[in-house]
Order: sequence, then structure tokens, then C-alpha cells
Amino acid sequence: MRKLSIFGLANGVLLTAVAFVTLFPFLYMASVSLSGSNYVLKGMVSWFPRGFNVDMYKFVLDDPRIMRAYWNTIVYAVVGTAVALVVTGFGAYALSKREMFFHRGFTIMIVITMFFSGGMIPTFLVVRELGIMNSIWAMVLPSAVSTWNLLIMRTFFANIPKELEESGKLDGLSELGIFARIVAPLSGAIFATIGLFYAVGLWNNFLNPLLYLRDPDLFPLQVILRNMLLVGQAGSGDLTAAKGGDSLIVEESYTYAVILVSTLPILCLYPFLQRYFVRGVMIGAVKG
Amino acid sequence: MTLSQKWNKGKWLFAMFIPCLLYYVLFKYLPIFGIVVAFKDYSLYKGIWASDWVGLKYFRMFFNSSDFWLLLRNTFLLGFYNLAFGFAAPIALALLLNEMRLRTFKRFVQTVSYLPHFISNVVAASMVIIFLSPTGGVFNRMLTSFGFDSINFMIEPGWFRPIYVLSEIWQHVGWESIIFLAALTAIDPSLYEAAGIDGASRWRKIVHVTLPGISSTMIVLLILKIGSMMEIGFEKVFLLANPATYANADILSTYVYRAGLVNGNFSYGSAIDLFTAAVSFIFLLNANYMSRKFTGNSLW
Repeated sequence: MRKLSIFGLANGVLLTAVAFVTLFPFLYMASVSLSGSNYVLKGMVSWFPRGFNVDMYKFVLDDPRIMRAYWNTIVYAVVGTAVALVVTGFGAYALSKREMFFHRGFTIMIVITMFFSGGMIPTFLVVRELGIMNSIWAMVLPSAVSTWNLLIMRTFFANIPKELEESGKLDGLSELGIFARIVAPLSGAIFATIGLFYAVGLWNNFLNPLLYLRDPDLFPLQVILRNMLLVGQAGSGDLTAAKGGDSLIVEESYTYAVILVSTLPILCLYPFLQRYFVRGVMIGAVKG
Repeated sequence: MTLSQKWNKGKWLFAMFIPCLLYYVLFKYLPIFGIVVAFKDYSLYKGIWASDWVGLKYFRMFFNSSDFWLLLRNTFLLGFYNLAFGFAAPIALALLLNEMRLRTFKRFVQTVSYLPHFISNVVAASMVIIFLSPTGGVFNRMLTSFGFDSINFMIEPGWFRPIYVLSEIWQHVGWESIIFLAALTAIDPSLYEAAGIDGASRWRKIVHVTLPGISSTMIVLLILKIGSMMEIGFEKVFLLANPATYANADILSTYVYRAGLVNGNFSYGSAIDLFTAAVSFIFLLNANYMSRKFTGNSLW
């Protein structure tokens, strides 16, 4: 009885278009960056690489600026996520308990910051007066807590059955002990989800390094990327010189290679991670 | 529980809360109070709290500047277009996905559509700029192959808003459809059966069952979006704009960055920050009022 309807057909076509528009730019960048430069210049590359080679990637990986920035980004993301999980996890657990002093007052104080903020300049001035400008702490501390993540975690902790914690208390554990021995092991999924939110946020953050870092040796990938791609410091001139006159470096291919290398961790991980992310959104949506 | 027991339990919990509290005090509340520099002449040596008061000097300066109306208009229009088109797109996608009967294909499209949400704004903006480049960008190559003239999209002010809004939709449509898909699964299947017995076509079922079923989610999200309409993300606009397109592209936050931070006029920048916050608050108040009227729920 289910025949192929016009409705279903139109729907299929539209969704295919959505998938195409989303995926094609990435495939195109990959195939151009892996193609021979003469094919790229003639505009003959679309779906698949032609004249396959990985020269562009060698250039990217040989560039000390990019490698340094890559390392910086990894450090900021790892340290930042660890700090954020500890601060957010502890804070969310404390807020989920009625026994915490001023537990309502603090919750209100936190929710208020979702609607009011000091803005770019006052925040910048405060960070500067704290003396953490131009250091890893300027990357890690200002993004140590996201209110949204904190509230998601608080809801999660509040739903853990009280009996489990009571049993810990009978065994003479302190609140800290209960958190470490009973609550945290039960909360692997939420820590993974929230940790991924933080990690992706730190990896992609551009505003904080733009504002708080001055020393080029501290720049993370996003700032270097922006300097190379948008401000046009890529300087295809010295690249051509480096490679010798015989084969031309196409700036477009080089740019795509840089983009793909810098996005690689996210591109590789995201198909596996997106389930966690979706779950995170759902928790926030249902209980928020 | 005795008082000392209460203290004992609360003590540990409070100790765990301290880092979080410090975060909110240092990085949220100090800047909120620090906005007083908008009424002061910020001096590097005296710091935020000891600088001299100058009253409304910087507000006057901003309101009298030729940029004021331009910035307000640009911010409002960009936010409005982003809301108008950016709000409908995820609903449309969720409906399409919901009607798709091939489960694996549906899963595939869903998974693919989340991807751009996870790439950085720098990468997204770079892709836009390179693809639209007049010299060898894919898009212009297509235009010329169809016999049109190539367009230098990034330096034409008229193209800025469409480019920004489309790139935002491209990045976030899949992600934002999740919440509507969740709302769709909550619709009672017997409603569809009943509509089927009445002879409703698939289109009619969408109009009379599906859309009413998610209307409350739609209203709540619309109100939230209206409340934050003026809060356009700084990064994307900053990265896509250039002096050639400032006529349409310069918004309050990018102007604050240039005038306040790059030029070092911190008090002037703070005054504009405070003005932006005040305008946003008016939007929030309105959204809250609408929410109370239409849904019976409100923030306060």
C-alpha cells in the first residue's frame, strides 16, 4: 500500500540537498588540498582529488608557527577542560544539595548572569587587573564555568537517589568522600558530555585569545588560522620560494590543508561524540 | 538534624562550592560592577575603581557620534534577519526529517547536519570568504560558467546580511532542529491515526497535527530568541566584516572592540557595552511579557 508518493520524493530530494550542502564544502576542501596544483588552477577539481599528492600537508606540518599553535591549543583544551570539570562538577554538586548554605541565593545569583553581563570591555579590564593577561590562565579561567553546563549537571546530581548517598554516610564518608566515591562514578556519562562541550568550546574559542593574548608564541590555532587566512599573511610568495620555482603553490589548496588539519580532531571525533552532545541538549531541554 | 550536624554537612558542600563562587565573583560580578568605568575616565594607573568620575560624558559622546544610528540599525537588522530566517529553518528541517520513512537515511542526514555546528567560527568564516572569492572561488566560478559576471561578495555591503544569515543557518540548522525533533516525538500517534481515518493527506496531517503539536515549543523558543535578538555573536561578524562592508556589517560589539579595545578608549567602550546591555534588557522584558501573555510562563 505504500507507494512512492510525490510528497516522499520531494522530501527525499530536499534532505539530500541538505546533506549535500553540508558535506560538499568539506569534501571539496579535502579533494583540492590533495590535488596537483595545475588541476586546481584550471578549476578541474570537484569531488575527487586529481593528481593526488600530500605536498600541502607536508608544508602545513613543516610550518613551526602552526605546530606551535597546535600544541598551544591542545594544552589549553586539555587543561581548560580539566579545570572546568572540577570547578563545574563541585559547584553543581554543592548547588544540588539543600543543605548547602544559601543554596537558593547562590542559584539565583548564578542564573542572573545568564541575562546580565558586564560586556567585553569591563571583562577585559578585570582580567587585566587580575594579572593573568598573556598567560594560559587567561585561556583557562574565564571559561571555567558555563552557566548552562552547571545547571545541566546540577539537575543530574539532584536526580541521583538519596539512598545511595545515605549508605555512604553510614560508612562514615564526608560529603567530599560521597562525591568522590559514590556520585562521581555514577556520573561518567554526564562528565563525558559536559567535558566534550567544554573541550570543543576551548578548541574553537577565538574571542578570548584575541582579547587576552599578545605574545605570538602563546597564540592558539584559531588566532594563527585567522591571521593566515583572513588577514592574508599566508604569503604564498615565500612558500613558492621555499619549494622552488618548478611547481606552483596554490594558496587555495594550502588554505584548505590548514583548515582541515586544524579541524581534524573535531571531524574525526564528532560522529562518535554527537550522540553525547544530543543527549546533553536533551537533558537541558527537558529539565531546563 | 542538630545545628552542628547541619554545619558539618554544609561546611564540606560550601568548600566544594568555593571555586565556582570565585569564578562568578571574579569573571561575572566584577565586570558587572566594573561597568561603572563607563561613568569614569579610565586611567591605567588608577584602575577601574579609583579612576575619576566624569558622569555621562562618554554616553553623550556615543549618542552624538555619527556612528550611533548606523550601529543601532545594523545590530537590529542583522539580529532581526537572523531571527526571522534562522528560526524557521530548523523547524522546516525537523519536519522534513520527521516525514522521512527511510530510517538509515534520516539518521545519516541528521548526523551530517550537526557537523558544521562543531567547527570554529574562524574556519566557517574562512570557508565563506574563500568560496566566495572573486578570483577562483567555487561560487564565482559557477557564476561565470553560467555566463554571469563574478561578484566580489565580501566587499559589497549589500551582500553582508544575506551571507551572514545563510552562514549561520548552514552552521546551526541541524543542531537547532534537535529540540523540535524531540518535541515531535512527544506527539500522540493516535492523533495521526485519527486524522488518517478522516482521510487526511500527509500534508494535511502536518498542518493539523504536527504543527499544533510543536507549537508550544515553537513559541517558547521564539520568545527566548526575541529576548536575545540583539546579542549577536561577536566572532562571526568580526571575522566576516571588513572596512568595505562596515556600512551594513559594523554592529555594536565589533565597534566596541575597535573603539574601546584597539584604540584603548576603555571608558567609551564600556559606555557602549552598558548601552547594549540596556537595549538587550528591553528586549528581554518584552519577551518576558509576551511569554506571560501567550504561554503563562515567565522568568519572573
